[in-house]
Amino acid sequence: MTQQQASYGFWRAAGKRLWADKLARFCMAVLVVYFLVAGAAGMGWVAKDWNEEVGVSYANPSFLGDDYPNPQGKNSIISQDVLVVDEKQKAVDPLAPYYEEIEKNAAAYEKAEVKPSWTLLLGGDKWGRDVFDKVIKAGQVSISIGLASALLAVFIGTVLGALGGYFGGKLGDLLEWFYNIFTSVPYILLVLAFAAVFGKGVSTVILVLGFVGWTGTYRLIRAEYIKQRGRDYVMAANAIGASHGRKMFVHILPNVSHLILVQLSQLVVDFIKAEVILSFLGLGVPTDSVSWGIMINEVMPELVLGKWWQLATVAVVMSTFVVSFGLFTDLLRDALDPKASRR
Amino acid sequence: MSTYLLRRIWQMIPTLAGVMLLVFFLFNVFGGDPAAILAGKVASKEKIDAIREQLGLNAPIWVQLWIFVKQVFTFDFGASWSTNEAVSAIILQKAPVSLTVMLQVWLLDAIVAVTLAVAVAYKRGSFTDRAVMGICTAAMSISLLLYVVVGQWLLAYKLEWFPVLGWSDDFWTNVSTYAPLPILLLLFVSIAPSLRLYRSFVVEETGQDYARTARAKGATEHRVMFVHVLRNAAVPIVTNLALALPGLFVGSFLIEMVFSIPGLGKEIVNAVQRSDFPVIKAITVYLAMFAMAVNLLVDVLYKRLDPRVELK
Repeated sequence: MTQQQASYGFWRAAGKRLWADKLARFCMAVLVVYFLVAGAAGMGWVAKDWNEEVGVSYANPSFLGDDYPNPQGKNSIISQDVLVVDEKQKAVDPLAPYYEEIEKNAAAYEKAEVKPSWTLLLGGDKWGRDVFDKVIKAGQVSISIGLASALLAVFIGTVLGALGGYFGGKLGDLLEWFYNIFTSVPYILLVLAFAAVFGKGVSTVILVLGFVGWTGTYRLIRAEYIKQRGRDYVMAANAIGASHGRKMFVHILPNVSHLILVQLSQLVVDFIKAEVILSFLGLGVPTDSVSWGIMINEVMPELVLGKWWQLATVAVVMSTFVVSFGLFTDLLRDALDPKASRR
Repeated sequence: MSTYLLRRIWQMIPTLAGVMLLVFFLFNVFGGDPAAILAGKVASKEKIDAIREQLGLNAPIWVQLWIFVKQVFTFDFGASWSTNEAVSAIILQKAPVSLTVMLQVWLLDAIVAVTLAVAVAYKRGSFTDRAVMGICTAAMSISLLLYVVVGQWLLAYKLEWFPVLGWSDDFWTNVSTYAPLPILLLLFVSIAPSLRLYRSFVVEETGQDYARTARAKGATEHRVMFVHVLRNAAVPIVTNLALALPGLFVGSFLIEMVFSIPGLGKEIVNAVQRSDFPVIKAITVYLAMFAMAVNLLVDVLYKRLDPRVELK
């Protein structure tokens, strides 16, 4: 960088550092694709019919071809017998005069029969649902739970951390007490205890993960506020008569916001992993919905039957997302907080 | 030392009280009416009232809190709502099962991860080092769930090296037959992060001045590593190992569910599914107590490992 050039602002510089990294750009591209697809699924543009039986049970993936053995077998297709009603039959049938009327009425309820297809793009599950649609819908559910619960946890952690760090004293002690309580119980046990009380459901999972997972953010933000509250710019804000709330959230908050962003990114990954395990155990997303954890839950009996495609799909899709997001978080931390050592 | 211990124990009291309050309010205030849960789907009003009376739910909230406190300190949480077994008996029966698996995982993880960390730290910066770290990063990003599901299918069902699942009453059968596969799978998951962490501890110490001094005076690289560096790196490593102890009692929920191991983890998941509040309450409170005791133990261990540490 030459002397004449004006130096970049903090965010611009961090963005440049991040963009300069090829791996970071690749991760961002992957994540953008995931978020776009999840968003489209949320709007109902794709994977709307994930719950429809579009194929036969355990339909083969189309790349395996028609010859791949299928327990259903081609000859097991049930076709309806068409009964031809001739004059002789009509003579003895008491309903014969009403046939026309019956057929006319039935036509009002006519529904095109959907022929379940033999192969689906990535295969089908036990109920003949398309694994491709399912994994998209599941991704939307898992990602939105991860995002929402991370936002909730970061919000709670930031507000409590700011209050505790800025004011200290009695209020700080009280919040430290809260922190000690929440950290003295093993994390997953606390999640299960909350889940036991609040029951099942998407919104419950978000609340449970958010209420239990705020402690790390709190610790970090509190330490940062203790460091910042004695700085000159806060003193200056004090001198011009800024209120406590203004100093906390208008003056100090922007100076710690990069840490909050890294925390958010970290928690999204952690919470998606937690949601997957919760749903797998049957304590998370209800089974009439779908998430990556529920899909993995379904694969164990499938594997025994030799139906590996649902597992392969969900494993690749989920691992790609988690790896990209994890790497992105590391690189984001490096870019935003160059002094912090990497674990 | 004893004044330090006393003060630390004194400081634990508010935290413990807080945990008990949290558990009490979580289950007794937000937890819905346990009588309605207990009485089942078709419950008469009289039945619900009778159960409420029996559980002491008609008493004022502070009386109920007092009952809960007494339960904690007399180790008598009454009977499980679903099986009618005494909660203390359940804990005493299930905890050793979890420990049978988890203690081995804990020990093997420590041995393998520390050995590998030292071995890799010798060659820090080399291709081997970077390759091992790369494998660790990749291994860490795969969910435990996938290891378990695929491992059980491949190693037990396909290759038939291990039984698919099961547990017996005999300790040695469990250790020799049923425990190895769960232990192996848990090790796959736990070694990668431990190895990365321990390597960073060891590498950090090898760059210190005292290590350079030791090399300068002619100590062999092995002596520097095992006598000088490892002694210092042991402090964070031991801390990390000790902090993992409370988790051992609940085992791994996932492993115990998938392999049908009747340990505390499985018990908790079942209790959550059946809304069996006394069991969850008891396990949560006692584990919190145990975790606090372990934290104290870690601080005392610091002093043993590093005499420079002042306990204040």
